[in-house]
Amino acid sequence: MANLKENYDVLVVGVGHAGCEAALACARLGLETIIFTVSVESIAMMPCNPNIGGSSKGHLVKEIDALGGEMGKNIDKTFIQSKMLNKSKGPAVHSLRAQADKQEYSREMRRTLENTDHLTIRQAEISELIVEGGEIKGAKTFSGAEYYVKAVVLCTGTYLKARCIYGDVSNATGPNGLQAANHLTDSLKSLGIEMYRFKTGTPARVDKRSIDFSKMEEQFGDERIVPFSFSTNPDDIQKEQISCWLTYTNEETHKIIKDNLDRSPLYSGMIEGTGPRYCPSIEDKVVKFADKNRHQVFIEPEGNYTNEMYLGGMSSSLPEDVQYAMYRTVPGLENVKIVRNAYAIEYDCINPRQLKPTLEFKAIKGLFSGGQFNGSSGYEEAAAQGLIAGINAALEVLGREQITLDRSQAYIGVLIDDLVTKESHEPYRMMTSRAEYRLLLRQDNADLRLSGIGHEVGLVSDEMYNRVIEKERLIKEEIERLENIKVGANKKMSEFLEKHGSTPLKTGSSLAELIKRPELSYEVVAEFDENRKPIPEDVIEQININLKYDGYIKRQLRQVEQFKKMEKKKLSDNIDYSRINGLRNEAKQKLNMYKPVSIGQASRISGVSPADISVLLIHLEQTKNKPEGNGE
Amino acid sequence: MYKTETIAAISTSMNNSGIGIVRISGEDALCIADKIFKSNKENKKLADAKSHTIHYGNIVDGEETIDEVLMMVMKAPNTYTREDVVEIDCHGGILIMKKILELIIKNGARCAEPGEFTKRAFLNGRIDLSQAEAVINLINAKSDMALDLSVNQLKGAVSEKIKNIRKDLLHEIAYIEAALDDPEHYEMENYGAEVKPKIEDIECKLQKLLDTADDGRIITEGINTVILGKPNVGKSSLLNRLMGEERAIVTDIAGTTRDSLEENVKIQGMSLNIIDTAGIRNTDDVVEKIGVEKAKSLAAKADLVLMLIDSSTELEENDREIIDIIKDKKAVILLNKSDLSPVISRSDIEKITDKDIFEISVKEDIGIDKVIECIENMFYKGDINYNSEVYITNERHKSAIREAVESLKCVETSIENGMPEDFLTIDMMSAYESLGLIIGENVGDDLVNEIFSKFCMGK
Repeated sequence: MANLKENYDVLVVGVGHAGCEAALACARLGLETIIFTVSVESIAMMPCNPNIGGSSKGHLVKEIDALGGEMGKNIDKTFIQSKMLNKSKGPAVHSLRAQADKQEYSREMRRTLENTDHLTIRQAEISELIVEGGEIKGAKTFSGAEYYVKAVVLCTGTYLKARCIYGDVSNATGPNGLQAANHLTDSLKSLGIEMYRFKTGTPARVDKRSIDFSKMEEQFGDERIVPFSFSTNPDDIQKEQISCWLTYTNEETHKIIKDNLDRSPLYSGMIEGTGPRYCPSIEDKVVKFADKNRHQVFIEPEGNYTNEMYLGGMSSSLPEDVQYAMYRTVPGLENVKIVRNAYAIEYDCINPRQLKPTLEFKAIKGLFSGGQFNGSSGYEEAAAQGLIAGINAALEVLGREQITLDRSQAYIGVLIDDLVTKESHEPYRMMTSRAEYRLLLRQDNADLRLSGIGHEVGLVSDEMYNRVIEKERLIKEEIERLENIKVGANKKMSEFLEKHGSTPLKTGSSLAELIKRPELSYEVVAEFDENRKPIPEDVIEQININLKYDGYIKRQLRQVEQFKKMEKKKLSDNIDYSRINGLRNEAKQKLNMYKPVSIGQASRISGVSPADISVLLIHLEQTKNKPEGNGE
Repeated sequence: MYKTETIAAISTSMNNSGIGIVRISGEDALCIADKIFKSNKENKKLADAKSHTIHYGNIVDGEETIDEVLMMVMKAPNTYTREDVVEIDCHGGILIMKKILELIIKNGARCAEPGEFTKRAFLNGRIDLSQAEAVINLINAKSDMALDLSVNQLKGAVSEKIKNIRKDLLHEIAYIEAALDDPEHYEMENYGAEVKPKIEDIECKLQKLLDTADDGRIITEGINTVILGKPNVGKSSLLNRLMGEERAIVTDIAGTTRDSLEENVKIQGMSLNIIDTAGIRNTDDVVEKIGVEKAKSLAAKADLVLMLIDSSTELEENDREIIDIIKDKKAVILLNKSDLSPVISRSDIEKITDKDIFEISVKEDIGIDKVIECIENMFYKGDINYNSEVYITNERHKSAIREAVESLKCVETSIENGMPEDFLTIDMMSAYESLGLIIGENVGDDLVNEIFSKFCMGK
């Protein structure tokens, strides 16, 4: 049967936050790229919360930016409020979060995609993958058109066999009533890919005119706005911000929820998917944390030109009438009018342990995936994976070595390593506590950590990269200079220290040592530094952090050294672990199933013991010198 | 917490005879040795010594001299592990070897993992590749034994304490992390001041555990000795006798996992961990069966069996069975109740066993000293050994607790210095991890699970 046949280098499925990054990366690296969506209107759509960033997620956005991704730039253009969270805590947990104008965010990203060379946007549903001999060859659309490509990146988000549910209503649609993708799952299953079914949910959107804000606390943005992107000039984005509002549920709300639990699809068994523990529905909160007599509700604007407001904290899958009743018990929402109901959404995704840390399928060469399809949750987690999957798809097509970020390099590394290594049966969300080297993985140094890699890949311009090199040089030289400025325990110094509530010096010291004191800083000790030249603010920030947390940072660096040793010991994927004597049975099974890339990754698989690792080390050593060996 | 890669262990068997060797291997081996060694020559540093030389002097802990020793300095690469190695030849005794090992650990080495010296030798290319299989088997065997020991020897009460401490610690960490993750949900101003007394309390509890570690209160150590014999033969009386007579130091072991009574008795420098099977009663056939099974399993684990036979009654089937069970064990046969008119004589028993036989009367205190002398001889000749892994296990547990205490001190210092809360959890987590080593538990997803189960998070 004759039908449309086309050739491209890379095909991306899905235009969400993962798909956009993947397609942009490929096209920007010069590859002919085609991106498919069931609806062009849904490019970079934010179907849930109207913000980008937040604790640990802000880190991801900064890292995406340092690698040459788009998310940071896009939110800098379209935010309506910005806040640095945890400002009173250590620099490692400072996290930027911005409220987005959802429409603008989507429109701006669409504009970027549409104006990127080598990038074609196509509205059609991909229903089948073409795989031959363990290699991806292309994909077919539902209408039968065939696309032959060298790599495919799957970023299907929550669309696969999606079902939206509230009360006893169940719609076979994707988010926001968009068409679901009902065919690809079967094709994936027939290729032997193991699928999971996950669920998530979103609260109602309500009409701003029906809210009484006088009963709520106003939540302002920061006075000085910090951009996400290292390429955005902070002065360019200072603007009037829109407030969010805070109110609370109460006993009455909880009573309505409890009285109607039997009508919740979660409790009636209508929902089969596994939901995330970190964004529970309000009914979950009320049941699980029965001792709490109120829960926060954040009222967040969805944009500049809409009256829709997001009810943060009150996602639900209760029936419409119950939703109305419970929302109306909340102070300020007594007369609220719902524009869109809250709902739960169920979708197919994969067991991500079928992926390599490069996000390529172990079993199918040239097939990559990112985002919620990989069992994660959140726009930022999706974008981060989309970027890495896109970069690696492109590098594969270009015949270049693919990249992997490890746990000591980036939150992105932690995210992907967790996904491809650890067993999880709920949508995965980033948290700062998941990063064991978080003192090193700060949002303020993402450029220093990752621009080199982004430049090497080809997504970071020479100009940007040179700026980072220059910044690095300035930091290093200035710290050295400060270490060499000796200060004495003289009268001027004593007075200065007393004025700043600092203990007097007993012997001579250096300016660098003084800056380490919590009550002092680079700026404060200026009067003892006559030859100081003006240096940029972001350099000063790094100097302060590096000096003040020197001890902690050095300790983590030593831990990283140990960690890297094990990461460097590579395991070939053709090792048959069942034939290695001395491994316990559980370890044999798990290792054969996961095929870890290194001893380090193997050690993080549950069920692999330290003794098993010893056996693996010995096996590696044993096979190292043999011609057919699996050694490094 | 940064763990140095230099390792140490006692390399000779743990008995009180001959000389003992404590071995250190790794980058810091020489510098650690220098910290605890005092040569008779002024200012002599082992680090400056030539490779493969022997040095005479004393092991010192500050001002206190521990033992007179020979230090063997062997520098990489021509050593067993191909790393710098120092071997300390000391005067055998268990206490001395333990003390020296502890001193080495305190100065920066860590306890070697089971089979680690051999593993390093292999990984550094010192051992022929054809021996890999043997190395794997050794490591597996030793790991199994160590695991077995660390779980079995750990006293129930201690295990419970550590679990509780970890639980408390995790809860505090989770609160801080939840608040960092969702700062608009959980208030955390000045939390350092609030958490400080809790940290101090935990540290204090751990310090107490550490203080008691050497009395064998953390793990059961000593020669596992089982008293076997049919009911009313005098097993309990013998135990009481052994405990009372020699002014023994007795620690009672509450919460032991075994369903028989254990007593630790120290006699003449030996530590006997006596398992009393007095609880076995065989009034009917079924229970009798259980009794014999039980005796079998206890005998299998024992380093030494004391078998009691009532010489005033005829030898029973029960006795013969027990004699059969212990035929391959280190054991002595005690013909009790020699004060009553005996119906069984020494020669009757000699026909069915080659073990040493003693005629005693526990009641009248006849012949007990001979028995003790015999055990002593067996011990000092090296016929019965302590399981050296037991000591290593104890040392590992101790260093894990010590590390946890150090981490908690870091937390306190951070609080005093006004560090933000996210710095506190780094060291709290280290402490949590260290304590997990003792009860064989990893960190895994504990924290994330705790956060989600205890704190209401989310959008």
